[in-house]
Parts: sequence; C-alpha cells; structure tokens
Amino acid sequence: MRHLFDVGVTVNGNRYERTVEPRLLLSDFLRHDLGLTGTHVGCEHGVCGSCTILFDGQPVRSCLMFAVQANGHEILTVEGLGTPEDLHPLQEAFWEAHSVQCGFCTPGILMTLVPFLEENPNPNEDEIRAAISGNLCRCTGYQHIVDGVKLAAQKMSA
Amino acid sequence: MKPPPFEYYAPTTVEEALVHLSEHGYDAKALAGGQSLIPTMNFRLAQPSVLVDLNNVSELFYIRPDENGGLRLGAMTRHFQVERSSLVSERTPLIYEAMPKIATPQIRSRGTFGGSIAHADPSAELGAISIALGGRFRLRNQTGERWVPANEFFIGMFTTLLEPDELLVEASFPNMPPRTGWALQEVARRPNDFALVGVAAVVTLDKKNQCQKARIVFLSVGDGPVEAHRAAETLTGQTLTPEIIHAAAETAATADIDPGSDIHASAEYRRHLAGVLTRRALDLAFERAKGRG
Amino acid sequence: MTKKYIGKRIKRSEDPRLLTGEALFVDDVEIPGMLHAAFLRSDYAHAYLKSIDVSAAQAREGVVAVFTAETMGDDWQPGPPLVSPPPTVEDVIFHSRTQVPLVKDKVRHVGEPIAIVIAESRYIAEDAVDDIVVDLEPLDVVVDIEKAMQPDAPLVHDDLDSNLAAHIEQEKGDYAAIREEADLIIKRRIVIDRGAAVAMENRGIVAQWDAKSQRLTVWDTTQAPIAIRNGLAARLDLSEHQVRVIAPFIGGAFGPKMMMFYPEEMLIPWVSIKLDRPIKWIEDRYENFYATTQERGQVHEAEMALTLDGRILGVSDVFLHDSGAYDPYGLTLPLNTQCHMMGPYDIANYYSESKVVFTNKTIVTPVRGAGRPQGIFIVERLLDLAAKELGIDPVEIRKRNLIPPDAFPYEHKIIDQAFAPLIFDSGNYKPVLEKAADMIGYDRFVKDEQPRLRAEGRHVGIGIVPFIETTGVGPYEGARVTVEASGKINVATGVGTQGQGHFTSFAQIVADQLGVDVRDVHLVTGDTAEFHWGTGTFASRGSVVAANAINASAKLVREKILALASKVLEAPEDELELADGVIRVADVPRISISLGELAMLANPLRGAVEPGTEPGLEATAYFGPQYGAIAFGTHAMIVEVDPQTMMIEIKRYVAVEDCGTVINPLIVDGQIHGGVSLGIGNSYYEKLVFDENGQLLNASLMDYLIPTAAEVPRIEIGHEETRSPLNPLGSKGVGEAGAIPVPALFAQAMENALPEYDLEILEAPLSPNRLFELLREKEREL
Repeated sequence: MRHLFDVGVTVNGNRYERTVEPRLLLSDFLRHDLGLTGTHVGCEHGVCGSCTILFDGQPVRSCLMFAVQANGHEILTVEGLGTPEDLHPLQEAFWEAHSVQCGFCTPGILMTLVPFLEENPNPNEDEIRAAISGNLCRCTGYQHIVDGVKLAAQKMSA
Repeated sequence: MKPPPFEYYAPTTVEEALVHLSEHGYDAKALAGGQSLIPTMNFRLAQPSVLVDLNNVSELFYIRPDENGGLRLGAMTRHFQVERSSLVSERTPLIYEAMPKIATPQIRSRGTFGGSIAHADPSAELGAISIALGGRFRLRNQTGERWVPANEFFIGMFTTLLEPDELLVEASFPNMPPRTGWALQEVARRPNDFALVGVAAVVTLDKKNQCQKARIVFLSVGDGPVEAHRAAETLTGQTLTPEIIHAAAETAATADIDPGSDIHASAEYRRHLAGVLTRRALDLAFERAKGRG
Repeated sequence: MTKKYIGKRIKRSEDPRLLTGEALFVDDVEIPGMLHAAFLRSDYAHAYLKSIDVSAAQAREGVVAVFTAETMGDDWQPGPPLVSPPPTVEDVIFHSRTQVPLVKDKVRHVGEPIAIVIAESRYIAEDAVDDIVVDLEPLDVVVDIEKAMQPDAPLVHDDLDSNLAAHIEQEKGDYAAIREEADLIIKRRIVIDRGAAVAMENRGIVAQWDAKSQRLTVWDTTQAPIAIRNGLAARLDLSEHQVRVIAPFIGGAFGPKMMMFYPEEMLIPWVSIKLDRPIKWIEDRYENFYATTQERGQVHEAEMALTLDGRILGVSDVFLHDSGAYDPYGLTLPLNTQCHMMGPYDIANYYSESKVVFTNKTIVTPVRGAGRPQGIFIVERLLDLAAKELGIDPVEIRKRNLIPPDAFPYEHKIIDQAFAPLIFDSGNYKPVLEKAADMIGYDRFVKDEQPRLRAEGRHVGIGIVPFIETTGVGPYEGARVTVEASGKINVATGVGTQGQGHFTSFAQIVADQLGVDVRDVHLVTGDTAEFHWGTGTFASRGSVVAANAINASAKLVREKILALASKVLEAPEDELELADGVIRVADVPRISISLGELAMLANPLRGAVEPGTEPGLEATAYFGPQYGAIAFGTHAMIVEVDPQTMMIEIKRYVAVEDCGTVINPLIVDGQIHGGVSLGIGNSYYEKLVFDENGQLLNASLMDYLIPTAAEVPRIEIGHEETRSPLNPLGSKGVGEAGAIPVPALFAQAMENALPEYDLEILEAPLSPNRLFELLREKEREL
C-alpha cells in the first residue's frame, strides 16, 4: 500500500481535513474529494487555465499541483467568490457584459482576475488581455470578457 | 492524464532535502514549482519514483542584494516575486524585462527561478539570460557546495552539471558595469508560448563608445542556451555602427548556431529570425548602453 | 404578440449559476459506488491487432474489469451511420464504414480504442492501461489524401478497392461550354488543412444502470441527447422509455459533440449495465486530440471563368475531402463545401466533383463552419486573383457579381447537406458589403492611409469578404410550453445547449407570446425525460428550427389562454390583452385574471372537463422548415505584418451580419466573436500536423495553438436584418457564420499588406513558417 498523507487545508474559509495519495492532483482533490466542482479541468497540462484557483492569494493552475502540497495553505475557489443571490462585483459585471457563453472557462478566468483587479483597479484593454492570456476561451473571442473586466473595474472603484 | 504513483518527501531544510536526494539517487526528482515536471508526469512522460518537494524549504526563498552590487536569488524564488522586485529591476533589468515573457501569469505564480534553470529547457529565457549576465549557480550536496558559471552549467537538452544528489540552491549575478546595455528579443507564436527564437544581448561600452565587451546568447536554437562567441568577438573594440551590428548578426545566425527544425519553425526560418533578432537586440542594447553613462 | 423582449439585449438567465460554479457539467456528476474508465488506445495509425493480454491489468488492485472486442462477444457491433447516405443524386458512390466500439482486427487511426479498463479511480485505471500487453503489427499508413488515391496506396478498409469513400458530382448550367467564351480563366490548386474544435470541456459520459427499476440514465456531453437516447435503446435492446439521456451544461461543443456514436458513448452505458455499477469516463485533453473528431482537410483543383469586366461566368472545382478512418457523417461536409463555392454570387455555370477519401487519421465530422469556410476560401481566392489580373478593385469586382435582391428565392439547382435543393430563400447582399466597407473605412484606407504607411516602410493590408451561410436545416424540432399554477411558464425542448444562451433567447420568444416577464419563463433543454422528440443542436439551427417550434407552441398556449379567459371574463377574445402575467379586458382593465389563476381553472380538481377539450394551459408543437435559411454577411480586416519576423497584428476587424430576425443581439454578437476567433485560428495558428506515420505531432494545447486574448482583436459588429420568409420568426442561424469568411479574408489582407512580393496565398491555415517560405520563394523569383 502506498503512503497516504494527511492534508489540512482552508478552502473558501472552511477547514477541510482529508487523507490523500501524494499523486492526487489538487484539481481532482477540490472537485472530487471536496465536491467543489466549480473549478473546471480542461487540459491537465497547465495551458488552458480553466482550473485556476487562488493559492495563498496567488492565481495558480490547480492541475499543476498535488493536493498534498496544499497542506497548511489557503485556497479560494469560485464557490468562495459569490452566490447566485449575492454575486461578486466581477461576476455581476460578467453577467451584464455577456462575458459568459458555455461557462466552462469562466471560473478560471474569474479567479485569475480577482487578484489582477486588486492590483490594477483601472486596467486598460491591453493589460486586461495580457492578464487573461493564460486562460483559453473558445466561445467568446474574449471581447465580452474584456468588456466585463472594464465594467467590473468601474463597479469596484465606484 | 493522471500522474503515476510516487513516494513523496516534503523536507523543510536543504540539508534534509539533500538526504533524500542522496538516498534515492537517480530515482528521485526535486519538485520545485512543478510547472514543467507535473505536466510531464500527467502525460506520464516522466515517472520519477520519488519526489522531493522543495516548497517547504523556506531558506531557498529570497532575493538579496550582494555586497558588490550584484544580486542573489534563492532557487525557490517564484517568478512572480522576481517580476515584482524593484531590486531585480535595478540590478538585473534584463531579468526583470524577461519575466513577463515567461509563460502565463498563473505559471509565474508557482514556477521558480531555480526550477527553470535546473530544468534546462532549451527554450527557457532564464538560462540564456543567466549566461548573458555572467551569472553563477551554487550547487550543494551533503558534503559541500560548488559554484558553476552559467555558461558551463548547461550541457545538453534538459541536462546540466547537476548530479543526482545535488541541489541548485542559488543563482548569483554580478554587478552590471556602467555603460552596459541589455536587450531580450524573441519571436513567439503567441506571447506566452516558448519562443521560436530568442536572443539576449549585453553590451558594455568604453568611454569612447566602443564596445568593450558583448555577450549574445540564444534560446530555442540548440540543445540549450547557445552563446554566439564569434559574433561577440567581431564587436569587441568596435564602434557599433549599423553595418557592424548587421555583420555581427549575420555571423551569429550563420556561424554561431545550428538550429533544428520542428513543427513551428524550420531551421532556415530560425536562422533567419536569429539574424533579425540579434540585430534588433544589439541595436537596443547599444542604445541603452549609451544612455547609462 | 408584443415585442417587448425579442430583439433586446437581455442578460442571460443561466449565467448566475455558471458564474458561481453551480452549473452541472458531466464531470460534476458524482454517484455513490461509481467506477472510472480509461482506454487503451492504439499508438499506431494502421496495424493489425495480433493479440492482447489484459491479465496483469485485471490483477491490479482496484481494477474491476477489463473489456476488449473479444470479451464483448455479440455485443460488439460497428456504430450506426449518423447521417444516412444520399438517396437523391444520380451516380453517387458512398461506402459506409462506421467506427467500432473497440478494435477487433485492425487499427485505423492513432487513438482508436482497443480496450477499456474499469477501476476504482481514474488514476488506477490509467495505471492498469499501462499493464496491458498488446501486439500490433504495423501496416503502411495512409496520411496524405492525394497519396491515398494513388493505385498502390495501402487500404484503410481492406474490403474496398481503393480509399475512395464517396464520390459526388454536381452541376449547374454548362461550365465546359462557358469556359470557351471566357476572357479569363483563373486556375489554382488550393489546400485547406485539418484543425480541431478544442471545446474547453473535453467529452465525458456518466452512465447509471438501475437494475431495480430497469432504467438507464446517461449524462453525456452531446449536442443531440434524443438521438443518443434512441440509438442507445436500440443497441442495448431497451425500450426508449427505459433510457434517459441528459446533456447538462456543456462546455462548448462546436460540432464534434454531435458525432454519434463515439465508441465511448456506446461502451460506458454498456459497461454500466454489464457490471451494474455507475461508470464515469471523462476524456482527457490528450485523448481529445486523437479521439474527438476533426475537420477541414481538402485539396482543390479550382478554376473560375470570367469576362474582362470581372463578371463570373462559372466556377469549376474538383476536390478531395479527408474523411479520416471512417465516414459516419455521410456527405454533409463535401456537400456544404459544394454549396458555398459560389458564395453570394450570381453564377450560372458550376461544376463540382468531390471525392471523399479514407485516411489513417481521426474521423472527420463538422467543426463550426463545417465545409463552408473551404467553399468560401475557394471562390474568394479565385476572385481575388481575378481582380488582380483584371485590375479591378476587390470590392468593386464583388459588387458586380452579387446576387441582386430581386432574384430571391434564388435556385442553385444543386443539392444541399440535407439532400434538398439549394435555394437561397432571401437576401440583400450589397448593403451589407457596403456597410462593412464603410465601417472599416475602405476607401480612405486605400487612398490615404495605406500609401502613408507604406511610405513609412510598414506592411499594412486590408481585406473584405462577403459570404453566405446555409443555416437552419430540418428535419424538425419540437417544444412543449406549459403555464404553471404559479403563473410561471415552463418550456421543454429537445435540443441540447452548449453556451448559445438558449435559456434566455428561447424564453424571450415565449415571454413575448404570452405577455409575461422573461424571468418567469423557465427552459429545460437536453433532457429526454422532459422532451423526447427532436434531433439536436447543429448546423446553426437552434434559433431557426427550435426557436420556431417554441414560438409555435407558445402561440397555441396563447390561443388556449384567450379561449378560456374569454369564457371566464365573459368578453370576446379580440378584446383581451395579455401583459405582465395578467389577462385583461382591454377597455375595462379591472376585469382581469392572472395567468396562474387561469392555469388552475384549466386544471380543475372537481367538475367535468368538457368533451373535446384538454386540461391545462399547455401545448406541444413542432417546426420543420421547408428548406434551410441562408444567412449572410461581410467581414473586413486590416492586418499588419512584419516581413522580417512573420508576426502579424490584426489592427481592425469588422463583421456585418444579416441573420434575419435577431432574438437577442447580445448573444448574436457573442456568437460572432467566437466564430471569428476560431476563424483567426484557422487562418494563422491552428493546424494539426501529422507525420508520415499518422502520428499527430502537436497533440497538446502547448503545440496546437488556439488564439488567446492577445491574438483576437476587438471586433466591430454591424447588423442588417433580412427576414427569412421560411419561418414565422424570420430568423436565420448565426452560430457558424463568424468562422466562415476569416481564412479567405486573412489571405486577401495579407497579400494586400505585402504588395512587393506579389504573394499568392493558396492555403489555409498559413503560419509564420509557411509565410517565410513563401516570401523566400518570391525573393528568389524576383
């Protein structure tokens, strides 16, 4: 039997403790062990950005980390951002600007943008495009996403 | 695409990490940011039986000035930390300028300076830049440590002088002399992709604006970073006129490199790009050198 | 019917769930006791399967079962063809060869499944796949479609005489005769290469057999849940009501999720029954590059005959179409290409011959655009070359050839993808072309800006391409609209949804018909338990076929509402109005009843329902168009290229679209953005590179380059609205339009940017490396 490891991690403010095999990807841990299926998996080689989460406040690919590495750390996933009844201003802006089509890449894009907007409260179009250049979207052509970010910046600075 | 099983160690000190590496030898891999290793494992192209995770080794995370005006980077310093460091921007502006070109924001959150160097991907910017800046790497094993100049460290495709029981713990960069200019030029299909060709140039001028020293280092044209010695030689002692720069770029593209072909670029196209980019890099480095009196 | 919602930019009702991670995708389905599947897939493109030993895999801890073609026994059968061979055209050759669930004797492309492993986790299943020992005897490989047609080529299907899968000729007028009268013949060989759809969500299936109730539930990333339900029932020897297929939220589809049946789609439910356990299989990205269908590969020998003043007399084209290893999708793609090779132009003489070719590559089925971009690429490239030759401005030569507005319906006298006559129902092409030229400032750019930029040594070019899109084909869709006792409206339809905003646009139609708030209309799609007649979401047909079915059923419900309200309120129907969820007597607003109350009256608990009436305010209706509606548009682009590095920047992009009645402009704009983005990929970034052994050399998102936010420019959109006379809403499809003209447009703009090279771009996609080669060739010539 392979060695198992205890993992204690805070996700969206909730404390979770689980026992995992070291090879378990953090993305699978969040989705299937913790049932937080809002984090999506699109490539498992770190290119598409769908699985982006905040790890100690930094946007990272959860498919390129092992769950065991999250021990003692803090994670924010899309479930911790807002609820349908109480959307985060960025989610609100995405809704208004039609930044979502199939919605598969959306959680990863939101999690990429949350820290970006904190650091760049008034970004221009090029900065926004660079910020999401590590998130692939096949539906929107990115334009309404960019518009959504601009709108969010307005909302959040108001 | 799930990784194969492995044994996992998460040491908190370098010493402890070295014990595991020494014990497991070639079966073990050090896990730094994991941004190259984990995808390779997910594809099951790499199947290390032991991973020694360095992410809890706090002594490897630092950006420090060195007393001679240079810079020291702990191997586990993450790209995003380097990217935001004013010290890096002051002392090694070439590194600072390169950071946004490395992969995506999310990869830079996690990827580490030392990890990129030790991985020795021929397309990586940091290897070529380290050579261009005359950097050195500190390697440690259980019995001691050694310093290896960056231009001797890379010995082949994904291969370095690192022994299985050794860990790269630090990168060190010397003070950049006055009247030194730098540039990194690259062509990538999309901004976040590995460059088809990239070139780092560092030029130091003497008081007469003649080139005292030049270093030109390519990425993505060989098994590792490739230094254009012949081209650099043609610049030494010269006033960097457009003709001289053009000729040096030509030399770099034809005599200094022997690029290969892949699905994104033929050898001929790479050679052509090497010439174009060298010219642009030298132009810019020369301009900057003049401006830094 | 009021027009409170149709045509308005209504926020999508599905978004809050998508934005918060609450929406259910297939991989989110968790069932206690669920097992996980992984496949052993062939590393060879063409090989005989000599032997297979699964004993080590079976013995691995955590493995529950391993199946091969042999252990499937009599349940092993090739998949049914998805689209039946064409019945109506003379002399058509069609060899139907459909994919198999697991390889039995011969592998025909890399990635074809050989064995399926079922284990406690996907991790263990993948470990066990590595335990399987398989002996494959490699055969010579057919990769290139031209070589595939040579007499000595290896055969993909041994029982055929050649690799010819199908052959179809279509003719209009007499091209051979008109050719003799032409002033100018432009003849070129044009190559379009293969790309991938790359939906961000890979495919996935969860199947749960409930032995107690004898029912099978399948969650499937399909565009066509009803067809999957029907096929599964037939294959698994179940009645249709025993099978429920749910296509929940789907993370993008773009055509390949319309393939039926993928081997996995049949196997996972089969295994679930066999083992009496829930089974999940989620395709990974690596599998997606081999096992999910692809498209676009064609080689054309094309020519155009013209007069000196640039009138097109005729077009002739002989092309090979790459079908991959099997041809379950029939002739849809080559027919689409044939139907778009005359573009929006009035062309009297046309000859087209298509040979569909088997190769040892992944199966080809439609990808957003579906044969249409190829047709447009051919006609536009030929026309550009003719314009150059004749010294006519590219916009002018197009204007001279557009079908005039009084010529509709315009009959092309060939057949379309549905084997129906190709008839352009309606159109007004010139205003759309002019609007695009105006929006991008065509004249000003050509006269002032471009000469100035050229003088600065910059290479900036402009392109403009009009196009058509066949949309909204039959056979039919249906819907059921119900007024619930709460006054809210429930709508069920059979099509699946993959990001098109159906929950909202369909609700807008119903809200207008019934005079309710759009937020009170709840839509269910993609669940066969809710509605089980229909075909699916494909061929840009949702907003035409399904939308009109919904409109028709809402109209019937409206009639029921009025009839009952008339009795209850004791007022004639024509004096009643429906608004805000209430039925009022127009002149006496206090005499009114809410929809909810009326719904309760329509479904009484006591008393007698009158003979000849039905309970409830509910109706089901269907819509099947007579033939497809033809959308159209014009795109324009300004591109800058650095001929030193071959890097490009699209500086401006204009898209003017006419898709008939626009139900929700926000959604239509989004569809165009996404389509253009794919088109940009197809122009300069996305090419699947196979080596001579049929190995895909860029099977990852690192190496297969789909555009990021940095490559896709801001897209300026203009709309015109020419209603289709073929459906009551007047709508046309728009799902694929964005992708169709882009490669042709890009080629034109690039040639225009590099005048000193006198470049001819006769291939799509181009790439920096290919551009470098082309420029080198030209430099050597000059």
